[in-house]
Amino acid sequence: MKILVAVKRVIDYNVKVRVKADHSDVDLTNVKMAMNPFDDIAVEEAVRLKEAGVASEVVVLTIGESKAQEQLRSALAVGADRAILVESDAHRLQPLAVAKLLQKVVEKEQPNLVILGKQAIDGDNNQTGQMLAALTGMGQGTFANEVKVDGDFVQVAREIDGGLQTVKLSLPAVVTTDLRLNEPRYAKLPDIMKAKKKPLETLAAADLVADVASRTERVKAEPPAERSAGIKVGSVDELIEKLKNEAKVI
Amino acid sequence: MSILVVADHNNEALNQATQNVVSAASQIGGDIAVLVAGENCSAVAEQAAKIDGVSKVISADNAAYGHQLAENIAALVVKLAADYSVIMTSASSVGKNFLPRVAALLDVEQISDISAVVAADTFQRPIYAGNAVETVKTTDATVVLTVRATSFDPAPLSGSAAVEGCDIVEDLGVSSFVSEELAKSDRPELASADIVVSGGRGMGSGENFAIIEALADKLGAAIGASRAAVDAGFVPNDMQVGQTGKVVAPNLYIAVGISGAIQHIAGMKESKVIVAINKDEDAPIFQVADYGLVADLFEVVPELTSKL
Ligand SMILES: Cc1cc2nc3c(=O)[nH]c(=O)nc-3n(C[C@H](O)[C@H](O)[C@H](O)COP(=O)(O)OP(=O)(O)OC[C@H]3O[C@@H](n4cnc5c(N)ncnc54)[C@H](O)[C@@H]3O)c2cc1C
Ligand SMILES: Nc1ncnc2c1ncn2[C@@H]1O[C@H](COP(=O)(O)O)[C@@H](O)[C@H]1O
Repeated sequence: MKILVAVKRVIDYNVKVRVKADHSDVDLTNVKMAMNPFDDIAVEEAVRLKEAGVASEVVVLTIGESKAQEQLRSALAVGADRAILVESDAHRLQPLAVAKLLQKVVEKEQPNLVILGKQAIDGDNNQTGQMLAALTGMGQGTFANEVKVDGDFVQVAREIDGGLQTVKLSLPAVVTTDLRLNEPRYAKLPDIMKAKKKPLETLAAADLVADVASRTERVKAEPPAERSAGIKVGSVDELIEKLKNEAKVI
Repeated sequence: MSILVVADHNNEALNQATQNVVSAASQIGGDIAVLVAGENCSAVAEQAAKIDGVSKVISADNAAYGHQLAENIAALVVKLAADYSVIMTSASSVGKNFLPRVAALLDVEQISDISAVVAADTFQRPIYAGNAVETVKTTDATVVLTVRATSFDPAPLSGSAAVEGCDIVEDLGVSSFVSEELAKSDRPELASADIVVSGGRGMGSGENFAIIEALADKLGAAIGASRAAVDAGFVPNDMQVGQTGKVVAPNLYIAVGISGAIQHIAGMKESKVIVAINKDEDAPIFQVADYGLVADLFEVVPELTSKL
């Protein structure tokens, strides 16, 4: 079984992002970039399925600028077999366009399972996996907490608002990861060296999908409203007094 | 303009978030229809008919929709889509699951998690864990939106719309429901509670959450948690508040043993009053707290509970 994993290069989750002075975007100059944390989990899950003998090949894919090769190399270093960079310098590539590009690669690669993150922590869209599933007519197991492949099916336990829901999907299917699916490993130095020799193919986005322009325009990006600074209270009694008489919330 | 709101529910009761979505729809302006897709969900359709501003309720009551499988719900919504210029639902785990499918099948983009309506084609939404708010304007023929419920007041339940049946059955057969493990609790629902008490890694164990439960019971509050508390197995995943968990905006949010990572703050900073209890006076949570108490939670939380 072949697994395709889609990963995105995003701002490192530890970085505090700021909005540019002209309110056009957030400022990403000289900011540390990394693989989207949910995509680390996606790669890990695919590699574990390979280690368990369920999968035979793990292909990792990203769409974006050529620097995103760094993220492909880190996926190769933890066990992916080969990588595909779909190069695009499109401004604000939106989930619909990403899903259409992924669909083209899915048609070519014919994976049995496609694993994505549930959400990219830059745009916070939480759309791409669902859109890809719709475009390819596949079933989807979003927000996965547990993935079990069983013959021609995959069973996915999903993190939902009320708890957990388990669904059974016929393969090929799309899975998107949630935080509790697994704990990604760190790459070992020799594996990082070996990853440099693993195959990495580059495709041009324009050769796959003619029109990837967004139908939404960002009018502006602003900093969020700040909360005004509060006070420290010295005791439980003072806290209760403030909540009762000042804030009037209890 | 005609707007289709897809209701969020569990076949028995309407999720209050649907009332918030209708209020967002009213700000866009137009004729508002609510779709209730489920199984044996007539009680929900009756409730939806009472939401102020709704002109009709469409009830699609069929086993294919019983567990809100995204594939089937999306196919149904797409069948109905031609009559509407806006399709919206709450950014719940159900809405996030099926609505992007609808958008893709209609070949339009989805605008996720809107926090404000600027105009019928222009919306605000948080990005980068709420570190920025973007205003986006769409040119798509059908506008597809998920709504951040806490950013809109719930529309009152004083209306009386007509309920009409819909017998379109879409069963794609690519997915099926296996089982469900739902948290049972007599406490208010986390997403819409008036008071929320949340515990973090500082709680130390699942057993220690009893301290939080006692306080929550005294206050009639819901219980939340940080990701670290969920990852450590102290509490189940449905309690996670934050960028990638639930967004809450109660009148009072009490964060206990939570450091205040940006990903946590993203899910609670719209709360009216925030209290932080943490033994580290430099914890970032104090930067968003109205009232901070630097103390050992194991001493002060039981004291707070007993004195209330
Ligand atoms: C992709 C991604 C998504 C994420 N999404 C979320 C999300 O949705 N929600 C979320 O919460 N996090 C999320 N996180 C995790 C986030 O970055 C933090 O790691 C997490 O919020 C930390 O949880 P915490 O504050 O409980 O733990 P810690 O940061 O370890 O803080 C524990 C706090 O408890 C205090 N403490 C310890 N003992 C006591 C005591 N006896 N009395 C008083 N105080 C005490 C300590 O001083 C400390 O401040 C996400 C991270 C990533 C990478
Ligand atoms: N440019 C991209 N290249 C590859 N995968 C992507 C890209 N954008 C999004 N994805 C995948 O889609 C998931 C969800 O992203 P989003 O819908 O943008 O929140 C991510 O976790 C990735 O797995």
